[in-house]
Amino acid sequence: MLKLEKVTTGYDAKAILNDISFTLEKGDFLGVIGPNGSGKTTLLRVMSKILPPWKGKVTLEGRRLDEIKYMELAKRMAVVPQRMPEPFFSYSVRDFILLGRTPYLRRFQLLESEEDLRVVQEVMEETDTLGLEERNLEDLSGGERQRTIIAQALAQEPEILLLDEPTSHLDIGHQVEILDLVRKLNREKKVMVIMLLHDLNLASEYCDRLILLKEGSIFKTGTPEEVLTYEIIEEVYNALVIVHKNPLSSKPHILLVPKELRHEKLS
Amino acid sequence: MERKVGKWMGRLILLALILMAVSLLALSLGPARIPLSNIFHPQEIESIILFKIRLPRIILGLVVGAALAVAGVIFQGMFRNPLVEPYTLGISGGAALGVSLAVIAGFRMLPLAGFLGALGAISLVYFIARRQGILRISMLLLTGVMISFIASAIILLIMSLAHEHQLHGILFWIMGSLEETNPSLIKLVSLIILIAIAISFLFSRALNVLSLGEEEALHLGVNIERTKRTLFILGSLMAGAAVSVSGIIGFVGLLVPHFMRLLVGPDHRILLPTSCLAGGIFLIASDTIARTVISPLEIPVGVITGILGGSLFIYFLTKRTLKLGK
Repeated sequence: MLKLEKVTTGYDAKAILNDISFTLEKGDFLGVIGPNGSGKTTLLRVMSKILPPWKGKVTLEGRRLDEIKYMELAKRMAVVPQRMPEPFFSYSVRDFILLGRTPYLRRFQLLESEEDLRVVQEVMEETDTLGLEERNLEDLSGGERQRTIIAQALAQEPEILLLDEPTSHLDIGHQVEILDLVRKLNREKKVMVIMLLHDLNLASEYCDRLILLKEGSIFKTGTPEEVLTYEIIEEVYNALVIVHKNPLSSKPHILLVPKELRHEKLS
Repeated sequence: MERKVGKWMGRLILLALILMAVSLLALSLGPARIPLSNIFHPQEIESIILFKIRLPRIILGLVVGAALAVAGVIFQGMFRNPLVEPYTLGISGGAALGVSLAVIAGFRMLPLAGFLGALGAISLVYFIARRQGILRISMLLLTGVMISFIASAIILLIMSLAHEHQLHGILFWIMGSLEETNPSLIKLVSLIILIAIAISFLFSRALNVLSLGEEEALHLGVNIERTKRTLFILGSLMAGAAVSVSGIIGFVGLLVPHFMRLLVGPDHRILLPTSCLAGGIFLIASDTIARTVISPLEIPVGVITGILGGSLFIYFLTKRTLKLGK
């Protein structure tokens, strides 16, 4: 159980997040949405012990994050950054994914064990990266890159997966591929997923629950149907939209309304 | 994994063989040529040349070259910057300043002065770059470069005021040389360097993780502050010890890491040990050229490492086999 209680935090003297509280259970699939600068990435950083809370607390199974060592936390929680970290020199896909086993290696243990290799083999099958193993990171396409980053995170065998806009540089085919993969992990392995997303339609389609941030506070939280209404979107994003339903999934689907059409059609 | 380790062992054995060959050649070559066949059964005079003059120099070349190369790998990896070398951080500037002051003051133990100067400069850099328990990498680099500039300005000032014989002493040290005949000094420096290198090997996997970026390393459970601090101290210590006996020998710490990445790839678990051997090979070979090419005169070894290393480097760069990060 991951719990945030009245968390306020930010950088230097500037508070970015104010009074954030929510609780997540094993197997939850949460989407965090909100306009640029609303504090999504800061939320991810305070949940992964990169940024300490100024007020309030973040707890994992009742223990505050600052009482949990990075090494232990890394066995339970994996973070998928928005972009491929740029290693200073080119790694092969396999070596990069193997680094995900770092928290399981004893201090000063230089070589990975049989068990580490077995786990890595498994996550490479799962993420369909086996065919890439000898390729260099910089030679991968956007979708391959994203699968490789996720594979590294899965090699940590986490109970909690935090993803920072995993689809932002991908075409729709790869967006669906990545999110299907994340959903499969969530459904089959009961991995708790927390995903920051820009795209409201993807958030609607894949997340069981949404948190909508506005200027560092939770504006609305609930199911996609509860959060993604045209009134709320207009107020938070300052954009006029029409909310429809996906005919197959019945999830809300958002359509944009360009400015020049507003008066003609809607008045 | 086993295949990889096997390949790594192959590379290490290859480099070890090259090291032996270069060392034998260095023993044999010089103003007095000693045929290879005599090395194992030397006559009396030859025995003095071999064991009192050439062997200490080869050992010094090995440890100094290894120290500079390993420190280069460590600093390039932790700073994620391909142009960093041990001297960028003020180690050489501090050492040269220490030696210059010692020469002016008439203090005879120049290596000690150099070592203290290097430690002084590097501590200054360290404490300026540290804030609230966090070692800021970019700050470390910028401060190091600035401290180097300040040190060389002060050295110029000292040189402009120095007497001619003092000037000669300072210049001679700055040019760098492996000519050091005090066996206990060589032993002490070798001991410091070997211990520092051995400990740094234990951090080779942490260096792999750190080269992904600091935040990524934290997500993978690495205690980055402790790792950065330890690596910085180890790198400074080995480079400082090397500089204090040999003076300033450039390029080894910059070039050898790049050549080794070309040969064995970016994994620090093999990069560190191979760079250690290759640094020794490169410096012993350069020094042998420096003392034989216009024998009996000697060229400063830094001239050879610069010309040889720099041209090879440009050659590989234009061949596009060498990549300098992104």
